Amino acid sequence: MDTGNTAWVLASAALVLFMTPGLAFFYGGMVRSKNVLGMLMQNYVAMGVVGVLWAMVGFSLAFGDGGKWIGNFDFVGLKHLSDVTTKLPGYVKVDHAVDLSLTIPALAFCAYQMMFAIITPALFTGATADRLRFRAYVLFLALWSVLVYSPVAHWVFSPTGWLFKRGALDFAGGTVVHINAGIAAFALILVLGKRKGWPKEAMPPHSLPLTLLGAGMLWFGWFGFNAGSALGANQLAAQALMNTSLAASAAMLGWLIVERLKGGHATTLGAASGCVAGLVAITPCAGFVSGMSPIIIGFIAGAVCFLAISLKFRFGYDDSLDVVGVHLVGGIIGSLLLGFFADVKVNPAGFNGVFNGGGGSLLADQLVAVGATLLYSFVASLVLAYIVKAVVGLRVSEDEENEGLDLSQHAEQAYSMAAAGSMGRIG
Amino acid sequence: MQLVTAIVKPFKLDDVKSALKDLGVAGMTVAEVQGFGRQRGHTEVYRGAEYQVDFVPKIRVEVLADDADVDRIVDAIVDAARTGKIGDGKVWWTPVGGAVRIRTGEKGHDAI
Repeated sequence: MDTGNTAWVLASAALVLFMTPGLAFFYGGMVRSKNVLGMLMQNYVAMGVVGVLWAMVGFSLAFGDGGKWIGNFDFVGLKHLSDVTTKLPGYVKVDHAVDLSLTIPALAFCAYQMMFAIITPALFTGATADRLRFRAYVLFLALWSVLVYSPVAHWVFSPTGWLFKRGALDFAGGTVVHINAGIAAFALILVLGKRKGWPKEAMPPHSLPLTLLGAGMLWFGWFGFNAGSALGANQLAAQALMNTSLAASAAMLGWLIVERLKGGHATTLGAASGCVAGLVAITPCAGFVSGMSPIIIGFIAGAVCFLAISLKFRFGYDDSLDVVGVHLVGGIIGSLLLGFFADVKVNPAGFNGVFNGGGGSLLADQLVAVGATLLYSFVASLVLAYIVKAVVGLRVSEDEENEGLDLSQHAEQAYSMAAAGSMGRIG
Repeated sequence: MQLVTAIVKPFKLDDVKSALKDLGVAGMTVAEVQGFGRQRGHTEVYRGAEYQVDFVPKIRVEVLADDADVDRIVDAIVDAARTGKIGDGKVWWTPVGGAVRIRTGEKGHDAI
């Protein structure tokens, strides 16, 4: 047990939790004012639902000793985790160079991973904005967290999972978090349909200051997400933190330059979106690359994600706030570029990519991990979406959509025009 | 009695207010409004998607005036609000049936 490492992972857990409110405000600012509470609520309720599910069963299914496909029920209800001697399966010394043994309590690891489980399905909310029924979202969230997030986390993050064993690398969640959530969001909107009036009717952001505030919270919290994934306060954490920030910086520039060249203006929404695209792309790479690699990865992600968001207009799917364009595309860019830029000198638990003499084998494994995540998450999410649609209905009614989610789903208003005198208590 | 209504550019509100105060006008009501006349709107761009915005933000100023004061008030507003560029706005006046000051109950001329 190492107290310094434990302290950093505990602090990182708090940083990662803070990203979910950050995401809420990032998206909340982008929707129309009648839907902002609905958006905030869908993000915040993930902190409620997924937190409880993670402790009950999610963690055990992701990190229990169940073989290569899924965990088991050893840690259900946090069983054994109050015991400081509890070891998690697979986290052992592999050879003289690679030691995966945890130097922190298993409970700290469980808490840290809980924050990842919370924010991942919250990413859907950007794609489904303004039209998803609250009860449908909660049901989908709960089912998806247990049936999709936990297995995929097991495949990739747990040393006993099949993709981890195969040699696919994902430092902090390029596949598990971003590709997984991005393709699930895509499946969900295929069943849910477009917002009424899209794409003809203008649906501009109601408060870009909120969006920029949220983007800042995300960047800040992402240090916990990526540098915390070193699971220690050490050189690797420092490398991951530096890579994370540089990728965000370069991606902001990449997005703004392409936006300026194509549209004539560098926008604040572009700056916020660009840095998030870079943070997404560096997530799988953060603990495996060094030097100027994060700047190249970030810049590519910023430029390509800007171009990717126009796909929804071409193909006619209403990915309202560009979860596919930023998280799915950014996650794929990062996961595949890792096959080129990975450097075993940075992290002995990794492998060399194409540019560091490793040949194409890591890239091939990255392709398998990306493909497997895409396939499983898409199919499972599509099935879950149809089930939820059949059980409680996915969409709000047309009247409710016109009225906005704030009033129709939550009986509240974010920016009430009513002065105290015009509001009388009736209950 | 007349109600003088002026639509002016937002940044001209201070000049209009000063000009009316200099004339001795005792009160006015202003509101943020949107609309269009000959001035066209503008475009906004969000993540590459362009939107045409037709309505332009303006300020509506309303002043109650005795018939005899209307010309001076209108001239003062026009002078203060004019930039010579498109979108300077408009001023019009309409007859008012009557007015009451709520606190005192004064009516007509005394209520202005």
